[in-house]
Amino acid sequence: MRVIVGQGSCGIAAGAGKVYNALEKLMNDQDSFKLGITGCIGMCFLEPIVDIYEGEDLKARLVHVSENDADAIVNAVRNNDIASLSGLFIKDEDKSFLDQQTRIALRNCGIIDPTDINSYKARDGYKALEKVLKMTPEEVIEEVKTSGIGGRGGAGFPTWFKWNAARSSKGEEKYLICNADEGDPGAFMDRAVIESDPHNLIEGMLIGAYAIGAKEAIVYVRAEYPLAIIRLDNAIKQAKEAGLIGENILGSGFSCNIRYMAGAGAFVCGEETALIESLEGKRGMPRLKPPFPAVAGYKMKPSNINNVETFANIAWIINNGGEAFAAMGTEGSKGTKVFAVTGKVVRGGLVEIPMGQTLRHVIFDIAGGIRDGKQIKAVQMGGPSGGCIPERLLDTVIDYKALSATGAIMGSGGMVVMDENTCMVGMAKFFLDFTSKESCGKCVHCRIGTRRMLEILTNIVEGKGKEGDIELLEELCLSIKDGALCGLGQTAPNPVLTTIKYFRDEYEAHIKEHKCPSKECRDLLSYVINPDKCKGCTLCARKCPVQAISGETKQPHTIDQSKCIRCGQCIQGCKFDAISIE
Amino acid sequence: MCDCKDEKIRALDEVLDSYGHDSGNLIGILQKTQDIYGYLPADIIYYVAQQTGISPAKVLGVATFYTQFRLEPVGKYLIMLCKGTACHVNGSDRIEAAVTAELGIQNGETTKDGLFTLKNVACLGCCSLSPVMMINEETFGSLTPDKAISILNDFRKREEETA
Repeated sequence: MRVIVGQGSCGIAAGAGKVYNALEKLMNDQDSFKLGITGCIGMCFLEPIVDIYEGEDLKARLVHVSENDADAIVNAVRNNDIASLSGLFIKDEDKSFLDQQTRIALRNCGIIDPTDINSYKARDGYKALEKVLKMTPEEVIEEVKTSGIGGRGGAGFPTWFKWNAARSSKGEEKYLICNADEGDPGAFMDRAVIESDPHNLIEGMLIGAYAIGAKEAIVYVRAEYPLAIIRLDNAIKQAKEAGLIGENILGSGFSCNIRYMAGAGAFVCGEETALIESLEGKRGMPRLKPPFPAVAGYKMKPSNINNVETFANIAWIINNGGEAFAAMGTEGSKGTKVFAVTGKVVRGGLVEIPMGQTLRHVIFDIAGGIRDGKQIKAVQMGGPSGGCIPERLLDTVIDYKALSATGAIMGSGGMVVMDENTCMVGMAKFFLDFTSKESCGKCVHCRIGTRRMLEILTNIVEGKGKEGDIELLEELCLSIKDGALCGLGQTAPNPVLTTIKYFRDEYEAHIKEHKCPSKECRDLLSYVINPDKCKGCTLCARKCPVQAISGETKQPHTIDQSKCIRCGQCIQGCKFDAISIE
Repeated sequence: MCDCKDEKIRALDEVLDSYGHDSGNLIGILQKTQDIYGYLPADIIYYVAQQTGISPAKVLGVATFYTQFRLEPVGKYLIMLCKGTACHVNGSDRIEAAVTAELGIQNGETTKDGLFTLKNVACLGCCSLSPVMMINEETFGSLTPDKAISILNDFRKREEETA
């Protein structure tokens, strides 16, 4: 038997490392079962997860495991009495989270050991590369064209077209680059792929490098992902030792080296020309296009950049044929897409489904709907470049065009679900705060435009909004969209435009009535103690970090509004439901 | 340079050698430099410039462009408070309010005892556990204001015990 502990970043944050150590400590030389690790299965809401295998059969999946359960697990495995662990078994309704998915990019995540190349090879790993090396580069590009796959970083631009452009570009020295600078807050599928299945990324990149004729491939990975970097580094070393990276790969005459560079924290580096500048050791500021990277990219040589998830699909496409991939999805959006579903949902995690399913299906059937019995208000897609889609449009299907029509975008796959308590003006402000900080400053529209928008939005949420602010925001949005140099600026207005379009009433309530309908904007709220309900237990007064609450023991307390910082600590602590927000 | 090079400079020289003193590797060089010093001291920025043949202004330009680089020393424990979308929706503002009130510092500042530095960061990618903060290498998820404060207290206790 094998006892496998899920060790992705999410799992480790939830305590998987401690669980592993506890299990390891309890094991002894006589034990016949093996302890191992795997990456992230994408069911982050159940972490830490421990799987028990008999051969290749999953005997049991244990969830929310703590180090205190280690004893019981080791005993159960020793005595072949898995049933004794039934209290930790995954529930059927949680199982459905995975059963409703179609996994291609994530096919090995949470199943194989990401630190062992043989574990990847056992699941057809590097077979696609072997196959490709017997094909011509043109045939490879044709197969990718048949698949219809578009760039999974967000724009959905046909991958074959980029590969073909880089292949056709003149010059001997060409580069293949993987964009692993997953900067959209709320998206973490690329991290999961690198942490859980790094060889799949490497294989996809080698196939891409062969297709375009590159001898060097580089992964630009976010510095905020230390575990992904460790696993990638290890995987590159293993692939080199196995003769899969380097000179004359598998005796084919094709040579390619792969290395990685850690980014240093700049959202704009997700933009491909900014990423290239950063790779060259400079400030990550976008270049003017044209020339496009396919003509003059890294070191001004022809370069091709794809996202992690795009590469993660390539080996599958080669093994199964482009047609099998194209058979899934819609007319304009082929294959599957991975989404990171988070926010106020019951089951948050990674969801990979064929294109063409509805948002409602993802949020309610797979992710289990909204927590605490609340109502859904909107779903945010595409991060700071995307928009908020309201509840009434949840039957929109997942398709590049259909999502763009709502004003949001497919994006890299962040899906942050918001309930009735999320203020949409606050949401717009949140994103503008982000983009104004991350604006590189090269072009005026983005540098100054995002700042002006942030100022107006800040005024609105602080109750200082004026008549005409909404119209001014709309005007600014359109100018920035037209005038900004790169994707960051051109899309920065999207969160504002979509919230104005679908939630104009919330803006108006803030401006005209100085009220936040979602009761979230701090400056528009006051915390009040109901004297009839207050028992004078003094708990809130002790909890208040700024001593704004006063009163005698066993007498109703009061909150000094001039001192209150509206942190909400009192309301969380009150056992008598005596504090309300007005 | 004289023979009196301290250990850190020697380590930095090794880094520069391993990167071939190449300007294209500036970001990697600065990352390793920060690993050695804990931040990027002004005289070291000059030293790196001199050794790589890049102008000091350009090195500083790169150092100030990326959020990872620090020009000031940080506290023993660096608190990275996630301000990503999922954390925002799940109340990271309340966590920030509790932490700043507890420590008496704002974003980017260090406590007087040099123990904690607070830094708001974009997204740590642990969205399913939001709201999240990371203290040095350790990640803490599903925070509430109370939980955040008790975590800080644990670090303080740990510090007292080792002192």
